[in-house]
Amino acid sequence: MKNTISALLLGTAMALSVASIASADDKVVKIGVLSDQSGLYADLAGPGSTLAAQMAIEDSGLKAKGWTIDLISGDHQNKPDIGTTIARQWFDVDKVDTIVDVPNSGVALAVNNVVKEKNGVYINSGAATSDLTNAQCSPNTVHWTYDTYMLAHATGQALVKAGGDTWFFLTADYAFGAALERDTTAVVLANGGKVVGSVKHPLNTADFSSFLLQAQASKAKIIGLANAGGDTTNSIKQAAEFGIVKGGQKLAALLLFLTDVKAIGLETAQGLNFTETFYWDLNDNTRAFSKRFSEKMKSGAPPTMVQAGVYAGLMHYFKALEALGGNPHDGAKVVAKMKTIPTDDPLFGKGEVEANGRVTHDAYLFEVKKPSESKGPWDFYKLVGTVPGNQAFTPLDKSTCALLKK
Amino acid sequence: MQALYAQLLVGLINGSFYALLSLGLAVIFGMLNIINFAHGALYMMGAFVAYFLLNLGGINYWWALLIAPIVVGVFGMILERTMLQWLAGLDHLYGLLLTFGIALIVQGVFQNYFGSSGLPYSIPDQLKGGVNLGFMFLPVYRGWVVIFSLVVCLATWFLIEKTQLGAYLRAATENPTLVRAFGINVPRMITLTYGLGVGLAALAGVLSAPINQVRPLMGADLIIVVFAVVVIGGMGSIMGSIITGFALGVIEGLTKYFYPEASNTVVFVLMVVVLLVKPTGLTGRAA
Repeated sequence: MKNTISALLLGTAMALSVASIASADDKVVKIGVLSDQSGLYADLAGPGSTLAAQMAIEDSGLKAKGWTIDLISGDHQNKPDIGTTIARQWFDVDKVDTIVDVPNSGVALAVNNVVKEKNGVYINSGAATSDLTNAQCSPNTVHWTYDTYMLAHATGQALVKAGGDTWFFLTADYAFGAALERDTTAVVLANGGKVVGSVKHPLNTADFSSFLLQAQASKAKIIGLANAGGDTTNSIKQAAEFGIVKGGQKLAALLLFLTDVKAIGLETAQGLNFTETFYWDLNDNTRAFSKRFSEKMKSGAPPTMVQAGVYAGLMHYFKALEALGGNPHDGAKVVAKMKTIPTDDPLFGKGEVEANGRVTHDAYLFEVKKPSESKGPWDFYKLVGTVPGNQAFTPLDKSTCALLKK
Repeated sequence: MQALYAQLLVGLINGSFYALLSLGLAVIFGMLNIINFAHGALYMMGAFVAYFLLNLGGINYWWALLIAPIVVGVFGMILERTMLQWLAGLDHLYGLLLTFGIALIVQGVFQNYFGSSGLPYSIPDQLKGGVNLGFMFLPVYRGWVVIFSLVVCLATWFLIEKTQLGAYLRAATENPTLVRAFGINVPRMITLTYGLGVGLAALAGVLSAPINQVRPLMGADLIIVVFAVVVIGGMGSIMGSIITGFALGVIEGLTKYFYPEASNTVVFVLMVVVLLVKPTGLTGRAA
């Protein structure tokens, strides 16, 4: 009898402890920042994205409300196979709930499938391909900062309307370059322009002279750079060397980041037109955030739009977690919640997460300042136009996302 | 046809970097029997030294062409004295692993402090602008790179193959004990040779600084191709590596024109073909 009672007590105690662990688990999330930590995109995302994620966790105030939020980071080295291996290990072994950042469209699309299969949450900030919210859209994915459709429409349209009606593309030979060339070509054709040729170069090319000579020979008015990071900076620098801009052709940097402008130097970069959705010197909110951010960066650099997107995307994710009150492990459910809350944050302003996972917010047309106009080490951009959020991204009736057809 | 001329010329420009770098590797391998995997990192250091000289000391490009190879060469000699010399006589693999490790450490340190997207270094005023050749616009700087590196390559070849000092060096590689018996300080000669090979890498780094970004990974991206060049040319052959360097630059340039997607693999395809047909390389002797 005594044994039975003690066994019962023991059983109750065990059941209680299991229950209490379960309820504590309810408010535990683990976030993985998957990025290029050492390659050509490391400065525009990489360690800065991890810092942005840390700041989001601190600023969310969720810890004070009983949440436990863990953060880990990984280096996908711009290789889709490495990216998916890390993602699988994070979900299966490390019990990660949410993956953020993931620059490089090739890696981003591969990881997109893993997150969907594992029912996690995927907040992509670094990748450009608009396929993430079109043909390859997923109920687990939110695409925050920018995409190829937006870049093509904002920059492409502005340039064609300004008279640049013949185009030649220098395209990075992977998913991102292909998507950006495709989307920009559509805009050029729709506005009455013509594409006279294109050349695909391998990712991470040091010498662009051969490709630039082909672009020069094409006599196109605009040379569209459908590449990113180090590839874009090298293209622009070497185009100046070969006298391409002086010869009357115009460069369209379809995707240019703050860190790229720094690397090229204002002397060569001045006058370039391009589009971004965030700049540190836009308003008081962005300046305040950027000040805190650059104080913690080893290089003292302010955030790029990708790093800002990691912060803002996570802040919105935390809002959804708070609204759910707990049990954050059903990824599709969390993303569904994120879609019901309008986005509103100090960095990107107001917008929404559309049904296909696309986040809308304003996009800005910038021009790179002349060296004489720049007042500080990162004072690079002049705002020349704003595209409102509801016009900047793929209209829902044109999105090919299967989620919209239910 | 015009476009083809232009591509040939552009190929020669890239070829001059391949030639300078593979020449350094060939000198080091030929004389020291070390497969110097740190070559790319030392090339990068050359570019960074030029950047520091300009931005911290206000010392211009022309002085950098002289100072950077010396600074990096001294760094190389310290490496040789403190580490590499202990590996003499061991299997090649040890030297390769050690220098590979050094390359990773050096790159990691630079990346930690300077990030990955690079620093700008502008073309010296005297070499700005370009000339219209009819079939292409040739930037003066690029023309300078081709001529300068050709001169340096030939001078190095002359030094090693045609002078008394070169003869000592080659003899010291062949039979160090005997050469020592003639009263020649062989270890010091080997250290200086390593310094020379490394200095050539740094020189290439300075030359490339105005064309490419000064980036921590600039050497890592290049070194694999350069190794392929050395393998094709024949390990340790001085003239072979110079000719192969220029030739492969041209072949790569043509590929960029006819089938750009393959432009970063064509060198390796050639390497495989050469290894299958003539395993010692085009100009190499049997080991």
